[in-house]
Amino acid sequence: MIENIDLSMVNWARATFALTAMYHWIFVPLTLGLAFLCAFFETIYVKTRNPEWKHLTKFWMTLFGINFAIGVATGIILEFEFGTNWSNYSWMVGDIFGAPLAIEGIFAFFLEATFFAVMFFGWDRVSTRMHLFSTWMVAVGSNLSALWILVANGWMQNPVGMVFNPDSARFEMENLWAVISSPVAIGHFVHATSSGFLLASLFVVGISSWYLLRGKHKKFALRSITVACVFGLLSSVFVAFSGDEHAFITAKTQPMKLAAMEGMYKGSSGAGLVALGMANPLKQPGDDQDPFIFKIEIPKILSLLATRDFNGFVPGIDDLLYGNAAQGIMGVDAKIERGDQAVAALTAYKEARKANNEAQASAALETFNQHRDYLGYGHLLSVEHAVPPVGLTFYAFRVMVGLGTFFILLFALYLFLLHRGTLERNYPLLILGVLGLFLGYVAQQAGWIVTEVGRQPWAIQDMLPVTVARSNLDTGTVMTTFFLFLALFTVLLIAELKIMARQIGIGPGGE
Amino acid sequence: MVVGKTLWKIIFIKLFIMFAVLKVFFFPNFLATNFSSDAERAEHVLGNLTESRSPPPSELQ
Repeated sequence: MIENIDLSMVNWARATFALTAMYHWIFVPLTLGLAFLCAFFETIYVKTRNPEWKHLTKFWMTLFGINFAIGVATGIILEFEFGTNWSNYSWMVGDIFGAPLAIEGIFAFFLEATFFAVMFFGWDRVSTRMHLFSTWMVAVGSNLSALWILVANGWMQNPVGMVFNPDSARFEMENLWAVISSPVAIGHFVHATSSGFLLASLFVVGISSWYLLRGKHKKFALRSITVACVFGLLSSVFVAFSGDEHAFITAKTQPMKLAAMEGMYKGSSGAGLVALGMANPLKQPGDDQDPFIFKIEIPKILSLLATRDFNGFVPGIDDLLYGNAAQGIMGVDAKIERGDQAVAALTAYKEARKANNEAQASAALETFNQHRDYLGYGHLLSVEHAVPPVGLTFYAFRVMVGLGTFFILLFALYLFLLHRGTLERNYPLLILGVLGLFLGYVAQQAGWIVTEVGRQPWAIQDMLPVTVARSNLDTGTVMTTFFLFLALFTVLLIAELKIMARQIGIGPGGE
Repeated sequence: MVVGKTLWKIIFIKLFIMFAVLKVFFFPNFLATNFSSDAERAEHVLGNLTESRSPPPSELQ
């Protein structure tokens, strides 16, 4: 079978999926956060009955609507790709993903969609309080939608609550609660949604700052900035804490990803965190080259982040690949041996079932169950293939964390100058506020690069590498769809930017 | 509501492209199209699981 597989198809399928997911994630975080900001603005309007707050709410709601309309259904393309490019994966996880995605469809999406209509078209048709309730429900519903999608993604990073059925070749749900309450899933949810709140705050601050720079809509801009900066500061601090917790969980569930995030090859106790550095592109696992051309390290902080102990041991890539008996770490070489046994036992089981030899099937199944946790390793050609792209993961992590820290300072400074009443005259900060909007998107994409590139080569952690998760398609077909999407997404993005820019140009006094 | 009309147009055009063009012509469900029963699909996936051993994407040409 291997000779019939066009191997480069996997790369094009990955590129297509990455393109779609990154495009999708342009819209999602803004929806998650701006929905709450609209709810805050409208709550102030209902409390004060000041019509200026109503105009303000309607303006941001219009921008929310533009973002929602352009972004809606872009996530469905990912599902198309599952069925076409990733059919093995799709088949194997159908039972696991079915429940969360069904719950998402039934509860969250309908909650969101129902109240969405009231929020946009019900200003003069329902009572003020009913309208406010609808706006809050849109915010809650859109974030609940995200919960179920991120639960599914969390399961891929840490497959729990399931059992593999060797007859149907599917992972079957054993414990829905274990899937939902997985620390990885919860970590994903709180970190991703709070980063959405942060982005939306940057969005409001950025556009409002642009108005201040142009000397337009001053009162509107300052009011918007006040609410967005409070929300943004709280969110950005929460993003930092949730990110810290997420890294702690990653250290336990995906230590290779953490090692790649840090560009760390040799594990150590009291490991330092590389605050800034340039990775050595020639460095290979197992060699003696320095992994960095230069680095600025904060002593012991990585150990604290990963183990909650300044002197805790953090494994490096080499420890994870070749094992570290002193630290009780099984190497990938040993895992490949067990993976081979799992694959061989699965093959034997399949043959025995075909021959109706139940005794042999039972024995093969017993062997398989002893090694099933290493099934994916049976598909790796060598230990080095278990290493994700280190450079990309390392730099993306630094971009994300660096910008996250910058945003905390940005919001704090905005609030300080707002308090002193000098914000509108501080042009350098206002320009930084406008730039912050674009940097917010960069941080969002960098975060997903860390999450998804850092877990390579796995589609499902330890169980299924991407090379087996794919469909048996030819490269040309997948390549065609990649460029098709590239064109479609580019057109849609230009459309959104034009409509959004036009609406921002009209300002809060417009339609 | 000029912006509203524009957005509705974009939504409908986009959904048409996605479901009437992309889904139909470019994204058939691989297993549903090539196999007629769940047993055959399971057999195919199991075949891939037990026989393929391939290099990582970084080394593919």
